[in-house]
Formats: sequence, structure tokens, C-alpha cells
Amino acid sequence: MSKQKAVLSEEQAKTRRGRSVALAVTLGVLVAMFYVITIVKLGPGIMDRPL
Amino acid sequence: MTMLEQTQGLHEDATDLGGRGSVSDYIALLKPRVMSLVVFTAAVGLVMAPGNQHPVLSFISILCIAIGGGASGALNMWWDADIDAVMSRTKKRPIPAGKITRQEAFAFGMVLSFGSVLTLGLVANWMAAGLLAFTIFFYVVIYTMWLKRSTPQNIVIGGAAGALPPMVGWAAVTGDVTLVSIALFMITFTWTPPHFWALALVKNGDYQAAGVPMLPVVAGETATRHQIVLYSLLLLPVGMAPYFLGFASVFYGVGSAILGLVFLGYAIRVWRVREGDAAKKTAMSLFKFSLFYLMLIFAGLLAENMIGLV
Repeated sequence: MSKQKAVLSEEQAKTRRGRSVALAVTLGVLVAMFYVITIVKLGPGIMDRPL
Repeated sequence: MTMLEQTQGLHEDATDLGGRGSVSDYIALLKPRVMSLVVFTAAVGLVMAPGNQHPVLSFISILCIAIGGGASGALNMWWDADIDAVMSRTKKRPIPAGKITRQEAFAFGMVLSFGSVLTLGLVANWMAAGLLAFTIFFYVVIYTMWLKRSTPQNIVIGGAAGALPPMVGWAAVTGDVTLVSIALFMITFTWTPPHFWALALVKNGDYQAAGVPMLPVVAGETATRHQIVLYSLLLLPVGMAPYFLGFASVFYGVGSAILGLVFLGYAIRVWRVREGDAAKKTAMSLFKFSLFYLMLIFAGLLAENMIGLV
């Protein structure tokens, strides 16, 4: 079976790049947001919990 | 279109792999202008609620409510793509314009719905998350899928979805539903029918072509004008309710009374001017003033709370 690769037009490649960047930014924001939520909700006590 | 036809439409679309939508098309799916109203009213509910919430958690709560509202907009566009393609106001939306497929809109809306509800539950509390989930469900299933195509009372009952955000904002702080948050809900709920019917009078032809049973299409323009005046009369005391219930000052009481009377004045003009372009113009004036009215009412409540008048 031959493997055919879809060839994107310049416009398609541009919109895909835009979507990829937006997804990366969203994921980064989510990571930062959940980090901040954890700190705010648990406070400094997060370091004092027994293992 | 029946549920079966909708489903068949989805299967037909399955051959289209999509991938043409730009970031701005996806933002358009969230209905940013509706979202701004949701953010504003939810923020008022959140600020007015008694209790302390960390500002970071308040900000993220508002963000969740905004994303949840946007998600229901995307799911609305997924279901209503056939109607949107017919109406002049909506035919440039991403799905009828061929930029985003229905499956993409559906997946986008569902991911954001679950994401926003779960995050709100973790950040604030599960009462607020439950109310947000109910808001999305009510808008998508009760209003979009059921009422919109079946009854001229569609926007009266469906208006509940648009009125819920201040209750969600309130619950994000307190974890409960009180008379005050119900009063905030009632303001937008009572405001919605005259607001949308004014637009429906202007866009009557569009709704007729799309087969949406809006009140002017089913009951006629005269009956719609009667209803607009009736709801505007009702809105006057409902808009003043925060003052009567003691959570707004006399300044708000007087201001909301004046705004309510002006609203009623616009409605009476719509009732009196019934022919030609002048009729459409007066209906459009009411539509525009109604947006101004809601913004000022909630801004008044927000300002009083922030400067400590109450």
C-alpha cells in the first residue's frame, strides 16, 4: 500500500500554524493557572505536609 | 429539521476533514459579544456576593463562566448551522461560511464545556459548577435543540440561560442560591423578551425564511408589540427589586426607575409606530436601548458595591 501524504496549500499551512501556536499558548496558560490555583488553595502549607 | 436529519447531516459532513479554521474563526464560535455580557453580569454577581474569595480564584471563576458561556455558543452554532446559513445576520458565521465543520464546532464546544465546569468546581465549589453545567445544558438542549424551533415562547423560557451567569458568579463565592441572586437572575430574564422581540420585528423576514417560530412570525407583529409593552411594564419593578430587597441604595432605586420608564417609553413608541421604515427604526432603537439599559443596571449595582454605598 502506497503512503500518500496530504500536501497543504500555503493558506492551510498558515491557519494550521496559527492553531498550533494558540493550542500551545492555551496549554501553557492552563499549566500556569493550575500551578497558581494549587498555591492559592493550599497556601504555604503545601510544603509542610507529611510524606 | 428533525433530530434524525441533524444526525444524518453530521454523517454527511464526516467526509470533510476540516482543518481550515483560523484562530479567529474559533473565537467567533464563542460568540464574543454575548460572552462579554456573560462576563459582566457574572462579575457583578461575584462582587456583590458576601464572603471572601481570593482575587485570583475570582478571576479564574469568571474565566470559567466566560468559557462555559462561549462553549454553549459553539454548541448552538453546531446545532443551528442550517438556520444560520439562511439568515442574513448569521450566514457569515464560521460553519455556514465553510471555515469550520460541524464536528469541529461540536468537539470544541464539548471540550470547553467539560473543561470550564470541572475547573470551576475545583476552583470555587460544585454548586457553582453545577449551575454553570445547567446553564450550558439549558441553552444548548432546552433552548437551541427544543424550544427555538418549536414555540414562539422560545426566548421567554430560553432567556433563563442568559440570565443565570450572575447566579453562577454569586454561587462561586457563597456556594448557595439566595433571594438576591434570584433577583439578579430575574432582571435579565424579564429583560430578554422585549430585547429579542425588538430585534425579531426588524429581522422578521429572516426568521420567516429560516422557519424559526419567533413571536412576530407566529402571532404577528401587533401581538408582539403588545407583549413588548407588557414585559417592559414588568421590567420596571423587577429592575428596581435590588432596591426594594435592600441590597441597593436609594440612588440605584431612582436610577433604575428612570431607566425602566425610558425603556417603557421606547416600548410604547414601538407599539404606536407600526408601518414602514419608521416602525423598523423604532424597534431597532428599543433593541439598542435595551443593551444600554442592562449594562447600566448592572454597572450601577457594581459601582454601589465597590464604593460601599450598600
